[in-house]
Amino acid sequence: MFIAVLLPLLFACLVPLLSKWKNAIHTGWFVLLIPSAIFVYLVRFVGQDFSPIRNTYPWIPSLNIQLDFYLDGLSLLFGLLISGIGALVVFYSIYYLHKSEQLGHFYVYLLMFMAAMFGVVFSDNIFVLYTFWELTSLSSFLLIGYWNHRKGSRYGALKSMLITVFGGLSLLGAFVLLSVVADTTSIQAMLDQKEMILNSPLFGWIVAFLFLGAFTKSAQFPFHIWLPDAMEAPTPVSAYLHSATMVKAGIFLIARFSILLSQTEWYFFVVTGIGLITLCWGSFMAVRQTDLKGILAYSTISQLGMIMAMLGFGTKIALFAAIFHILNHATFKGSLFMVAGIVDHETGTRDIRKLGGLMTWMPITATLALFGTFSMAGVPLPILNGFYSKELFFDSAIHLDSFSGWIEALKMAAPYLAVLGSIFTFVYSMYLFFGTFRGKANVEELPKKPHEAPIGMLIPPIILVALVVIIGLFPNLFAESFLNHAASAVKGAEIEKHVKFWHGFKTPLYMSLAVVGLGTLLYLTRHKWTGIYRVFPGSLTFNRVYDWMVDRSEKYSSVITNSYMNGSIRRYVRLTLAAMTIGTFIFLFTTNGLSFTGTSTAEITLPELFIVAMMIFAAVATIFTNNRIAAILILGVVGYGLAILFVMYRAPDLALTQLIIETVTVALFLLVFMHLPELRKRTESVGTKLTNAIISIGFGAMITLVGISSFNSKWFDPISDYFLETSKELGGGKNVVNVILVDMRGLDTLFEIAVLGIAALAIFGLVKIRRNDKEAK
Amino acid sequence: MEIVTSVLAGILFTTGIYNLLQKQMLRIIIGTALISHGAHLFILTMGKLKTGAPPILVEGIKEYTDPLPQALILTSIVISFGVTSLLLVLAYRASQINESDNMDELRGNENE
Repeated sequence: MFIAVLLPLLFACLVPLLSKWKNAIHTGWFVLLIPSAIFVYLVRFVGQDFSPIRNTYPWIPSLNIQLDFYLDGLSLLFGLLISGIGALVVFYSIYYLHKSEQLGHFYVYLLMFMAAMFGVVFSDNIFVLYTFWELTSLSSFLLIGYWNHRKGSRYGALKSMLITVFGGLSLLGAFVLLSVVADTTSIQAMLDQKEMILNSPLFGWIVAFLFLGAFTKSAQFPFHIWLPDAMEAPTPVSAYLHSATMVKAGIFLIARFSILLSQTEWYFFVVTGIGLITLCWGSFMAVRQTDLKGILAYSTISQLGMIMAMLGFGTKIALFAAIFHILNHATFKGSLFMVAGIVDHETGTRDIRKLGGLMTWMPITATLALFGTFSMAGVPLPILNGFYSKELFFDSAIHLDSFSGWIEALKMAAPYLAVLGSIFTFVYSMYLFFGTFRGKANVEELPKKPHEAPIGMLIPPIILVALVVIIGLFPNLFAESFLNHAASAVKGAEIEKHVKFWHGFKTPLYMSLAVVGLGTLLYLTRHKWTGIYRVFPGSLTFNRVYDWMVDRSEKYSSVITNSYMNGSIRRYVRLTLAAMTIGTFIFLFTTNGLSFTGTSTAEITLPELFIVAMMIFAAVATIFTNNRIAAILILGVVGYGLAILFVMYRAPDLALTQLIIETVTVALFLLVFMHLPELRKRTESVGTKLTNAIISIGFGAMITLVGISSFNSKWFDPISDYFLETSKELGGGKNVVNVILVDMRGLDTLFEIAVLGIAALAIFGLVKIRRNDKEAK
Repeated sequence: MEIVTSVLAGILFTTGIYNLLQKQMLRIIIGTALISHGAHLFILTMGKLKTGAPPILVEGIKEYTDPLPQALILTSIVISFGVTSLLLVLAYRASQINESDNMDELRGNENE
């Protein structure tokens, strides 16, 4: 199974080389080998009464993440679908995509997607599963946006990406919680110890996140909106991803974990409830579409809802029906997408309002569509597989387990909702077939003159329709060989199910007849009632919600960013300082950091007080003066005052340096000031002045408080005694400050010299290099 | 005395920051100079003021002031001098090229 995952990826690396010769031979022929080979490999397991096979390869052993692959009935079914339909889709795409397209890109994305899907269905390790899950989102994004020059493609790709990645991240949350609770990363090991997970307080979160992941991927209500927009992808992609494989990944996930999840009644309520809503809403909306692929997209949504509902039912017959329908849906929906692609390819439009009467022009395509649509509608004929799964669906909907309380109400409603959804399914299926292939042909208005498709394009849908018929004729052949295994894997108990065409005159049959009868009636009178679509779904679509959310999130984030990032440095400084002040004050008061013991302070003397008063006066004066020379000189007063303080506090080197530096600085200021504009009177509003005053006073007060309290809480003696003792002995100097600077902490000095050097060079550069002068003037 | 110098450091910071928040570049540079004075005074205060002779070893004297803060301040003075002089030249060049020293007019292009 490792090969199945790895082979498409490895081959994807070769595709760019092969696509160089695409004019000689279509790249798809090479690619076709891969899914075919994997299909043959997997087919060997069909019919065997095999026990699950497990392969493990180390990946990140320290995090307990192994490439752990597991093949049981369920993953075999999905593996067969992915490889089988994959091969047909590749074959179809050879005829669908012209050699002038960027084939290399297409097949690389497709192979990436294939590998990712194999990874999803075969993984037993949740984190490996998650990795492949995101890879499917990513490759599906690339495939939807394949014609990236189209706006619709980009919109659809982005939408599906946002929604499925949102779900994917929820899934990651569920997986992380699961691995924490179960203390293992293997799915099978989790299912074995389901009691522990069930009793965990985190179980609710796990279920919620898991459901979000599965429902977004499988386009369940209300996350279904990405699927119709994903129809911008090339038709082979729609057939493969959006009918047979990727959209069933969520179904697969629910099925895989259903042993664990179905222990609660909430599972029934949520999964069945969402599934039935999706079924009804999807089929209802499908009737409204005018685009062939749009109808098929909503039809896929509704059929996925039906499968989801059956998984929610959870009875043996329902699980078998779900598995059966996964296979059936893949066959008829795949063929219908291909038919839609053929119609598009041969007439130039997919708009059902322009199409009609194509039966005489395209008899083979019409026949294929007939089987596909009738199977989808569940018309009671023994050669259509859709009928069986629909019959089983009705059967399971009326034989539900009993539940407690008001959840029972959903059980009572389930059969009616099932019939309702199926009626609309019947209507859009009929509409799809008769609208396209019957009626008046207006060939002149079509962009191309219609004709039958090339045989290569017809072979894949013929094979799929043949499967529809074969499953229809011999359902038990498939049921016994691998569907029972798959259903057993979902249930965790043996399921032996035989499918019969004729159940006798029982309720499911009457339900089917009701669907056909009411569906026909509704289809024939559709012109009378389609008016209701104009009345309400327009404002009810979730597309509008999505667009609104995307629009608003962009708008509000830019509003928020612009509200504080206004380009004014003064504002940023203000915000930074205010935050520092408030943070420090909060910290001071919440941790009892303030302390005023007042002990061991030095004595206050009059000369010092005089200097301090002078400095305070000068510092305050810098604010009020409007004369630049005065401002510079006053600043000098502060500096010289500081130098005098250094003298008083026994710091001769400091005093010396401070004096020199202050002199040089003042000189520099005076040098530059000739070139600086005159200080202007401040023209600020009182409010701004007040804010500035509050911020600066707050910050100053904070500094004072921090200074006083830290001075009053000395925790240990300074290490300076060591410097004083060893200065002569080790450093060979009597001036301790200088010994510290050049000997004990010489590295500081080295880089301080570097700072000065850099400053000098920068000043030189600023003064000398004037490249921008011309641009500036 | 430490309390007095703490207050002085606080006032130097207050006036420095008030200048920093002004529109004119020259005032901003004056503000940074005041703030570095305040910071130097702060470091000195934290190392205890006046408990002995200057830290130059003389026979017979046992009590010296703490040499370490002095070494730190010395480093800091030099660095702040380098930064201040760079700022000054930068302000000179910026006002020359942009023909303005008003910080509200000197904004990025994308916000205009």
